[in-house]
Amino acid sequence: MPLASRHLLGLEGMSKNDIQLILDTATSFREVLERPIKKVPTLQGKTIVNLFFESSTRTRTSFELAERRLSADVVNFSAESSSVRKGETLKDTARNIEMMKIDMVVMRHAAAGAAHFLSNVIGANIINAGDGAHEHPTQALLDMYTIREKFGKLEGLNVCIIGDIAHSRVALSNIYGLKTMGVTVSVCGPKTLIPKEIERLGVDVFYRVEDAIKVVDVLNVLRIQLERQNRPYFPSLREYRQYFGITRERLDKAERPITILHPGPVNRDVELSADVADSEHSLILQQVLNGVAVRMAVLYLLGTGK
Amino acid sequence: MRILLKNARVIDPSYGKDSIVDLLIVDGVIEKLGSNISAPKDIETYDLTSNIVAPGFIDMHVHLREPGFEYKETIESGCLAAAAGGFTAVGCMPNTNPPIDDAGIVRSIIERSKNVIGGIVDVYPIAAVTKGREGKELAPMMELAEAGAVGFTDDGAPVEHAEMMRRALEYASMMNKPVIQHAEEVSLTRGGVMNEGFVSTTLGMPPMPPVAEDLIVARDIHLVEYTKAQYHVAHISTAGAVELVRAAKFRGLPVTCEVTPHHFVLTDEAVRSFDTNTKMNPPLRSNDDVDAMKEGLRDGTIDVIATDHAPHSFDDKEVEFAYAPFGIVGLETAVGLAMTELVETKILSIINLIEKFSVNPRKILHLPAIRIEKGEKANLTILDPSLDWTVDTRQFKSKSKNSPFDGRRLRGKAVGIINNGVAYFSK
Repeated sequence: MPLASRHLLGLEGMSKNDIQLILDTATSFREVLERPIKKVPTLQGKTIVNLFFESSTRTRTSFELAERRLSADVVNFSAESSSVRKGETLKDTARNIEMMKIDMVVMRHAAAGAAHFLSNVIGANIINAGDGAHEHPTQALLDMYTIREKFGKLEGLNVCIIGDIAHSRVALSNIYGLKTMGVTVSVCGPKTLIPKEIERLGVDVFYRVEDAIKVVDVLNVLRIQLERQNRPYFPSLREYRQYFGITRERLDKAERPITILHPGPVNRDVELSADVADSEHSLILQQVLNGVAVRMAVLYLLGTGK
Repeated sequence: MRILLKNARVIDPSYGKDSIVDLLIVDGVIEKLGSNISAPKDIETYDLTSNIVAPGFIDMHVHLREPGFEYKETIESGCLAAAAGGFTAVGCMPNTNPPIDDAGIVRSIIERSKNVIGGIVDVYPIAAVTKGREGKELAPMMELAEAGAVGFTDDGAPVEHAEMMRRALEYASMMNKPVIQHAEEVSLTRGGVMNEGFVSTTLGMPPMPPVAEDLIVARDIHLVEYTKAQYHVAHISTAGAVELVRAAKFRGLPVTCEVTPHHFVLTDEAVRSFDTNTKMNPPLRSNDDVDAMKEGLRDGTIDVIATDHAPHSFDDKEVEFAYAPFGIVGLETAVGLAMTELVETKILSIINLIEKFSVNPRKILHLPAIRIEKGEKANLTILDPSLDWTVDTRQFKSKSKNSPFDGRRLRGKAVGIINNGVAYFSK
């Protein structure tokens, strides 16, 4: 059974079977990454454009590696070096690129819904690499893959996402995906960074880390955006670290060892203390590796229609 | 012009008239009103059996876009859209370029409107409160009023500063003109693109909390209490603001408000489509807010239905949701939406509807009252309450087609207008 959609715009509404299929497919690609020659001919002859309107070295590199390891032809298009600065609309940019006979577009964009919009104006398969504070589906998929790899399952686990939930596409995609897979999900952060009525998505809300981590298996720690400091969401990074920072001391109070995820890049000793980031419970580097495999799986499934 | 309207149900709330009669209109004046008027020779006769003839409707919140944005709408296309939608008059908003903050612009807009279908649609400019709509200095309000401005607003943006609002209210009250507020505390809505609530959370969209509207309405009502000046809330959209206006009216303050059809028909759930025609300011709100709009209309707290007709070209709207301009067109769907969603559902009687589209807005803007009586000027809107039709934006007379209601089935439509000695039928 191929995926229900020919795009990956988000995890909202994606079925359990489709998520399972992507994760299972990623397992085989993960194996490829361990081989001496890490390249397969699967997407030979396909052209993929990485259309990045926001800078993101990490996600773009991960996608590019995944594309190249599937033998696709890759074009990178970033807003800095493009006509976007000259006032061209996304629609025009996309249609121009499409005329060059491309098959897939991987897009990162600052506006929520941009990937949906793109899928309405051009015919290529679209992979959303992050749209505003809406979704970042491949990040959530690689998070789920990493959790599943560690625990051997997803269902029945307890995951807490901590940090700036309101401005996080990672949080939202994780909530949608994890809930579908039968995971108990909670969010934690200052009230100012928890969006309205999020509990209606079936997540518990905590404002104290101590309460949040009592029974969790996994803590997904989000990056605190330093640039949000010009709006009054919290008093200072110092206070954030003091009350919401994940430290060894805090984790030791939990009932069981807690696995740490972080979408990166980490602000060391702000949202996550250095010793926790580097501890045996941290899977942060594993996430990076798995990210390539999960993106290969998504590109393969969409690119071949399998 | 000689027109005979046969078998029309004439409703004139100003003197409680509601009966089926014939109307003979000669040179723009109601010459006869009675049963079985026989048709003189060479006269246009319309059988209006099961249709309603009402005092001419006015949409007191329209963006005509001229001068400055003629690719979105012009005075001509806007007036045609008004006529097609059943309006014999519009109040036009000052966020043009240059803005309506100069008497010359007021005069030129009025002048230009007189050339559209023989001047069938009366255009009443609503001028800026502050110069350039910048909130810094008062616009020359007396001069603007003398040129024909019927009210003042910085619409598109609020009058933010409390002292500016106080002085504007005091100054406008000398001319007996309302100050119309776009109520939005902008420090709370900065960067926002839709209503704050469950839907904005699930879409990750920058939110605009409803309390931003409540705050400014509350502040302004205190200023009204202090100044005793006339105040009108444009496009009210929150349950909180409706409650504030209700309480202000109860205290006898000169406070009125209007609601747009989209705010009593749609909720923020519509934004899930990412359709940029669901993006407007104030944004589509929650179900509870929609219920409050209907209750406000029913109990009289909401005086007026106005469209906030905001034309934008296809390309303006064919962008990412966050980058699309706020606003939708409304002139050609308002009457149908109101008849379908309010009259068919028995929230309003047809008489209430006519009050909210004609009688009340004319009172608020101090325009001459319309009377459907012998010897009076014929300023009429003709409604077919049982006409089933489907909104087709391609048929719009407006230059812009940015409506979320394309394809919607409606019952009831304005099928014609008569004003200034000219008749226009759209059926």
